[in-house]
Amino acid sequence: MSQAIQPNPAVKTRALRFPISVKLEPRLETPRWLSWATTIGSVILALLITAVILVWVGADPVRSFRAIYLAAFGDSYVFSDTLVKATPLILTSLACLIAFRMRLWNIGAEGQFYLGAWGATLIVEAVLGKDASPWIFIPLMLISGFLFGALWGFIPGILKARFNVNEIITTLMLNYIALYWVAFWVFGSWSERGFQMTPMFPREAWLPRLMDYSSLFKPFSGMTVHLGFLFAVLAAAGVWYLLSRTRFGYEIRLIGDNPNAAKYAGVNIGAMIVFVFMLSGGLAGIAGMSEVTGVVHRLQDRISPGYGFTAIIIAWLSKLNPWAVIPVSIIFGGLLIGSREIQPSGLARLLQGILLFTLISSEVLNRYRVQVERAK
Amino acid sequence: MNFWINVFSAGVSNGTALLFATMGELLAERAGVLNLGVEGMMLIGAVTAYSTAYATGDPWIGLIAGMIAGGLLSLLHAFVVITLRADQVVSGLSLTFLGIGLSLVLGEGLASVKGVPTIPAFSIPLLEQIPFFGPIFFDNKSALVYFGYLLIPAMWFYIYRTRAGLHLRAIGEYPAAADSLGIDVYAWRYFYVFVGGIMAGLAGGAITLSITPGWFSEFTTSGFGWIAIALVIFAQWDPVRAAIGAYLFGSLRRFTLDVQGVNVVLGIANPFFYDRNLQFFLEMLPYALTVIVLIIGSRAAIRKRLGAPAALGIPYVRGERGLL
Repeated sequence: MSQAIQPNPAVKTRALRFPISVKLEPRLETPRWLSWATTIGSVILALLITAVILVWVGADPVRSFRAIYLAAFGDSYVFSDTLVKATPLILTSLACLIAFRMRLWNIGAEGQFYLGAWGATLIVEAVLGKDASPWIFIPLMLISGFLFGALWGFIPGILKARFNVNEIITTLMLNYIALYWVAFWVFGSWSERGFQMTPMFPREAWLPRLMDYSSLFKPFSGMTVHLGFLFAVLAAAGVWYLLSRTRFGYEIRLIGDNPNAAKYAGVNIGAMIVFVFMLSGGLAGIAGMSEVTGVVHRLQDRISPGYGFTAIIIAWLSKLNPWAVIPVSIIFGGLLIGSREIQPSGLARLLQGILLFTLISSEVLNRYRVQVERAK
Repeated sequence: MNFWINVFSAGVSNGTALLFATMGELLAERAGVLNLGVEGMMLIGAVTAYSTAYATGDPWIGLIAGMIAGGLLSLLHAFVVITLRADQVVSGLSLTFLGIGLSLVLGEGLASVKGVPTIPAFSIPLLEQIPFFGPIFFDNKSALVYFGYLLIPAMWFYIYRTRAGLHLRAIGEYPAAADSLGIDVYAWRYFYVFVGGIMAGLAGGAITLSITPGWFSEFTTSGFGWIAIALVIFAQWDPVRAAIGAYLFGSLRRFTLDVQGVNVVLGIANPFFYDRNLQFFLEMLPYALTVIVLIIGSRAAIRKRLGAPAALGIPYVRGERGLL
């Protein structure tokens, strides 16, 4: 930037220069309001960009967004459906959040979700009799879902800790493997008359829903919200407590912020990696368990429309704050419900992608003071 | 023998898409920028190439459009991570999401179109008659496959034997030193990320216009983008190893299909022939093998104390004292 450019059109400058230059100056601290303002700003920007793309492909953005809103938050019944969709999203987002906080890139919540769903189904298919009490069924399915999800987290965890294998790739590959693993069972020995699904679970293995209590309280009739939502809220509280009130959580945050400092402080990073990965997988496993026992009531091929991937965005949008995960998941649950109603069908995915980009771009405003100046 | 010729012959064709994507990612990573958006860029390239070829009737114009689309998408990543210095992992993942979403919206209704022209295929006279290798490498192959053969030595020569290649390695290993020699680290990083995007777009176009013609929404690329990223690590950032890996993975794809069609393998009854349900384990194989390949690559990296370019994933800030 030292040579001056002569404003003489006859002289060709060798390098291409922009008329303005942007200077980034690191901020010492980020004001709280700014961080939320940039988040809200990037959501608005993402909606605007999506609208422009919709116009470009010949759809009406206002009608599309309105249709999504009405289908998701229009009345208490659709809102109840939205909460049902939010349930696996909260749990998988917490799974991502706890790993991301340590800068472990667990992209495998999707696969861990499938293993959790499989683990819960295993209890119905192979462990308990069809007439066991719900008091035995539900805790056992919960534990099994957690354990199999944790197992699917253990694999990338131990590989990362032992051989420094890139966890992004391993978790992604394990997603595919989980998908085929579930397909093997639902097409094969658990298949109901050759259909790619297991038989319906016995009523005792269903998570109770609000509508089951409509005889006690009339407005509950038709409400599909199930016990899994409570699991999700409790999990959020648990993750919050763990991260901000315990030594274990402190070590997670320390490793995430400064792994060298953690090492010198004597934290066993390898063990922490394996442990956090298992916890993360277990949370996603509970999401899978809650989905098969609370909503689908059977295991089938492709039960997740990508919860584990949407969870990555939710975790970021929540700024890795466990409490913020709940409202953000509800909004995304609404987006999932709403986008079923409208064309083009890829819209929800597109909006998610754009949103992630506006978010990480806005992050620069939080970290740096941006100064635009004219090039000299 | 015919069985293996078929597997490897299809493997070379399948592997060509993987080869392009892997080489592109290899260049970007050599320059110090990790781009996890390969899958998204491939899908954008695939949908753009296919729809453009459909609209114009010319597969080559389609392919070029796909390459440009992949390149443009990669510039977004370049801007976010090089200029805005955001986290490369998060930005790359976002790029995948964006690519998948955008390609689904753009590809709406594209699955049912018919009569899309494909890249021509031809045989090389004389070479095709070499026993075993002839049918595998030179018999009725797409023009892109031959381009792939030329790309491998070209990449090797560029990276290890040219001045530009030396600069490329320098900005990935020690950007501050490269900068002090007058190499414009920012501009070159933009350039290599862009080339990586073009190559990923080419890979996507190769799939829809040549290898498995057609648009199958997000299943078109079936995780090739992620396998490409794993192959770069397995190859220890070396183009020749990357090429071998790409062709072997392409062959594995075909092997999992073909092995279900024979009733005896290596002298024993083939379980995959008699129990259709075991096919799911075959379909896991490429993904499981990717993990295994990654373990091997990572262990080698630890043992030999080499591996990733030292500045991989770290934004370069001129005049700032950092790790490098």
